[in-house]
Amino acid sequence: MISLAGRDILHAWGKFVFTGIGLGLLIGVTLTMAGVYRGMVDDAKVLLDNSRAQLWVVQKDTLGPYAEPSSIYDDAWRGIRGMNGVARAANVTYLTMQVVHASGDVRAMVTGITMDGPGTPGWPPYLVAGRQITRSHYEAVADITTGFKLGDSIQIRRNQYTVVGLTRRMVSSSGDPMVFIPLKDAQEAQFLKDNDAVREQRRRTAANPAFNRPGAPDLLDAMSASQSTNPYVNTVLVQVTQGYQPQDVAESIRRWKRLQVYDRAQMEAILIGKLIATSARQIGMFLVILAIVSAAIVAFIIYTLTLGKIREIAVLKLIGTKNRTIAGMILQQALALGVIGFVVGKITATLWAPIFPKYVLLVPRDSASGFVAVMVICVLASLIAIRAALKVDPAEAVGG
Amino acid sequence: MTGGIHIEGLTKRYGEGDTAVDALKGVDMKVAPGEVVGLIGPSGSGKSTLLKCLGAVIEPTAGRMTLGDQVIYDNGWKIRDLRELRRDRIGFVFQAPYLIPFLDVTDNVALLPMLAGVPNAEARKRALDLLTALDVHHRAKAMPSQLSGGEQQRVAIARGLVNRPPVILADEPTAPLDSERALAVIRILNDMARQFETAIIVVTHDEKIIPTFKRIYHIRDGVTHEEAGDGRGFE
Repeated sequence: MISLAGRDILHAWGKFVFTGIGLGLLIGVTLTMAGVYRGMVDDAKVLLDNSRAQLWVVQKDTLGPYAEPSSIYDDAWRGIRGMNGVARAANVTYLTMQVVHASGDVRAMVTGITMDGPGTPGWPPYLVAGRQITRSHYEAVADITTGFKLGDSIQIRRNQYTVVGLTRRMVSSSGDPMVFIPLKDAQEAQFLKDNDAVREQRRRTAANPAFNRPGAPDLLDAMSASQSTNPYVNTVLVQVTQGYQPQDVAESIRRWKRLQVYDRAQMEAILIGKLIATSARQIGMFLVILAIVSAAIVAFIIYTLTLGKIREIAVLKLIGTKNRTIAGMILQQALALGVIGFVVGKITATLWAPIFPKYVLLVPRDSASGFVAVMVICVLASLIAIRAALKVDPAEAVGG
Repeated sequence: MTGGIHIEGLTKRYGEGDTAVDALKGVDMKVAPGEVVGLIGPSGSGKSTLLKCLGAVIEPTAGRMTLGDQVIYDNGWKIRDLRELRRDRIGFVFQAPYLIPFLDVTDNVALLPMLAGVPNAEARKRALDLLTALDVHHRAKAMPSQLSGGEQQRVAIARGLVNRPPVILADEPTAPLDSERALAVIRILNDMARQFETAIIVVTHDEKIIPTFKRIYHIRDGVTHEEAGDGRGFE
């Protein structure tokens, strides 16, 4: 038996291909939306991976340092470093801000890293150009997606930094590229005020009789000094000595230092389960809407194509074609349309994913799920057309 | 009669009660194998209803119909699979050829035997033999849209004949054709009827071809009257 669906498609291939391309673009958008979500999850995991930490020590009762603000004293790391099972501990600050560059502002996560040399937790694990930071001030390593070049001068708050190294895939959980600077600079940048604000703060402190006592002239100077320095960091990243369980070390830090400690699994759960959960639901809604729109389009197309063949279907029924054969023809056409659409969608999603500003990760599992979903949608969408075809009266082929 | 088609007292009622309409009121008709008869009548006379009953597309309300030795309807009883009957034992030729536009000429004709389970190669051979007999074999690979009206009608006749049905129902088969082509089509139907021992009923308004029938059934208000035709032209 010849394939009626195949012959019909070959006969009107232009209509099918162009319809398939239109559907494919829609499927491409759907796959890209899934890729955007996967990219967000991957960004979160990369952020954790590239920090090379096994434990994150943060302010008690917070979900810091990424999902909530966290402040701990910058000398807390010393006590942590001295605990059993801790191999390395390093302070880190994170500050998302606009970094000023000659070509314009770039949204970036400025990361202050402890100047203990490469390999220290928080440092970029590899560079694609240039070198790591070697000076304690005014040098920066930037992710390549910032668009910065080696030797470029960038402004963070009031200070100029020279880009000495470029790294790759170092992004925040929201996809902003990271810019690494020395910890002291980053701490200063977090609370740096303009000159007018500093003057105003000093005036207010001097006007407060509690801080400006006649008998204690050094008190005012001490107060002013404390207000212009930042003794806090957002987190202490900890690497555990081989042979120790991170959970055991974490428990020890919690008990003795009275700080919140998260291991890798907990931190991943916070990032994915809380920080990007709303975005994930948003994307999920888009996926559902796109699936419904795709189904409606396939149903409309197949229904229209079927209505265009009512006379032929009546003739086929009159000459004894089984309903099964006619339903099969329509179903095969719907599936063929789905296959064309999926192939076009997959290709377009692959082509345009790299030009998205944020990371779009297309994973084979999503493609496989997408293919199954498209096929199911096509089957469901063809049911309306099949119903219409089966209701065609063979008598319509006979005159009168 | 061992072949042909025979109907007795065929009635068809549409609707019920006060709104019931009797489209056929006890129609009798007998067409022998190899015979071509005309069925003529004005609009609304019941021609199409009779054709649909004969074609097993709609069921009569009462009456008996036999196809060869096989009883199709008998006062409310009917055979189980009318679809299979239409496929294997009734050929249709329509006013418009209604060829399947996405199949070439050969496959348009071969589709019926394929639907009946005949292997593709055998079905195509049967189709080509018929296309040769109808002198349209040189367009075997053409698509229907590439054929002239006459060629399309000959392909439609081949499709009607390909399963060697004992009866062919032709509904205004010459309506869209000029005189020459219309007569050619009727000549082909006569030749095929003789060659394949097929009973052919031609529903027509076409004055050009009415004189070619030896027997004509007139239908008016759901009742048929038989009369002898001129029967000239194809002896």
